Amino acid sequence: MTNTGIAGTPNLEPPAPLKRRLLLNRLMWVGIVALLIWAYFGTEMSFPRLFAGAGESWKLLFGEADRPGSGFFPPDFRRFPEYLEQMLITIKMAIWGTLLAVILGIPLSVLAARNTSPNIVVYTLTRRLLDFLRGLNEFVLALVFVVAVGLGPFPGILALAVHTAGILAKLFSEGIEAVDTGQIEAVQATGASPLQVLTHGVWPQIVPHVVSMTLYRFESNVRAATVLGIVGAGGIGFYITESIRGFDFRAACAIIIMILISVFLVDTLSARVRQRLT
Amino acid sequence: MIRLEQVSHQFANGTRALSDINLALSGQDFTVLIGPSGAGKSTLMRVLNGLVRPKSGKVWIGDTEISRAPERVVRLERRRIGMVFQSFNLVKRLTALENVLLGRLGDMPGWRSTLRLYTKADRSLAMNTLERVGMADFAWQRADTLSGGQQQRVGIARALAQRPQLILADEPISALDPKSSEQVMELLRDIQKRDGIAVLTNLHHLDAVREYAGRVIALKSGSVFFDGSVQRLTDEITRDLYYGETADDSSSHAQSNVPALSTDNQTGSPSFLLE
Repeated sequence: MTNTGIAGTPNLEPPAPLKRRLLLNRLMWVGIVALLIWAYFGTEMSFPRLFAGAGESWKLLFGEADRPGSGFFPPDFRRFPEYLEQMLITIKMAIWGTLLAVILGIPLSVLAARNTSPNIVVYTLTRRLLDFLRGLNEFVLALVFVVAVGLGPFPGILALAVHTAGILAKLFSEGIEAVDTGQIEAVQATGASPLQVLTHGVWPQIVPHVVSMTLYRFESNVRAATVLGIVGAGGIGFYITESIRGFDFRAACAIIIMILISVFLVDTLSARVRQRLT
Repeated sequence: MIRLEQVSHQFANGTRALSDINLALSGQDFTVLIGPSGAGKSTLMRVLNGLVRPKSGKVWIGDTEISRAPERVVRLERRRIGMVFQSFNLVKRLTALENVLLGRLGDMPGWRSTLRLYTKADRSLAMNTLERVGMADFAWQRADTLSGGQQQRVGIARALAQRPQLILADEPISALDPKSSEQVMELLRDIQKRDGIAVLTNLHHLDAVREYAGRVIALKSGSVFFDGSVQRLTDEITRDLYYGETADDSSSHAQSNVPALSTDNQTGSPSFLLE
């Protein structure tokens, strides 16, 4: 009775389905490594170059010894009022871009939510439209709108609105799909019309979600708006390109510091508001 | 007067919910629906207010046949039938008063309701119904801050605000403690007696059935098993109802409760906006 149970050769073969999975697992790793190797060539990635550059970086930051003031530091705030005005315009662009996106996004989200969409065709088409809107980068859209309506903040606002509408509509529709069906049924049972079910059954339930997602996108729109000026779509971005092209790195540094502070303030403020939502 | 003629229904997954139901609800009865879980009680209620379209048979609300009528017609009929739910189903982020005002939606044009422009008459009616259920002091409190019993009373006020001819109460007390249960049942009985509004409710506790019911309808496996005054409901009948064998007993026990409404429309479409 002592050793008989463990004396024989145990069967170490895993069951067939598991074996197949293990093989697939190994193939997947081979595939991932192959993908990484493929992606390496053509990108001119070079770590030696990065480290060689790092040694010179203090020169970039603080300027050449023989040319004082040619680096990024100390920042040059002489044109502060102008930068501030442009920073505020950047934030204004984000505000209106986000608001227009909400106005566009709410009806789209109703059509793109499984439980409120009138039928599967509308649902699918709206979903594809939203994919399309999200797929268009703000930057690319800004280029298009600059051509369409001219230079300035307005094309920037339109670019933000279109891209964000796609994102918000998708997020809102997820909120709609998560509503409590009991509350909906109760509103329906009063004899309410489909529109009334939306305004009195669905809407009260998704308000916190809508506000929270809107603020979240507003934060990221402020960040996005800071670079739209690079393509002439208004805001502080134009001043970054202008100063860097003119080798006025100290001015660029001042602008970047202002952007960082503004983004930090906006994020903190909106995070506070979002925390208070119930 | 509400009549069901040879009403049968099965869900999209093939589960049989109701088979060949013939019923007439008239006058101002306090009718209690009993039967084991999955017998089709909740489905029957939702057939009565048109939230579920039966696969076959006819549903008459007064002179209107609603089982095949367009959604718009059904909606207009539905205004006269209030519904009270097991889980109260108040819109949680609205105040008690706003929840009662939901009962007025069916009689309001869309633009007015979207802007929340309730008429003075509607607001007075809502406040009066809250008073009627003893919840006027809580009118401005958000629904999710109320206790279960309080929420259910607001739910009843919402049904009353529709000025209904019939109130359907789907297991109104199964989520409540004994004291709240009693208050809610007393309230429903009082509404039926004083306001002359017919009440159809389903209950699980036979004590409550004997206490409150005038007429009892028992459903078993989707068919009417008993229909008569509560005095004729003997212990033998209830024993057979809940423990007795039937041909398709095993399948009836397998039935789940009513699935979410959004999936068992006549069309099988998941949308509640579908006209």
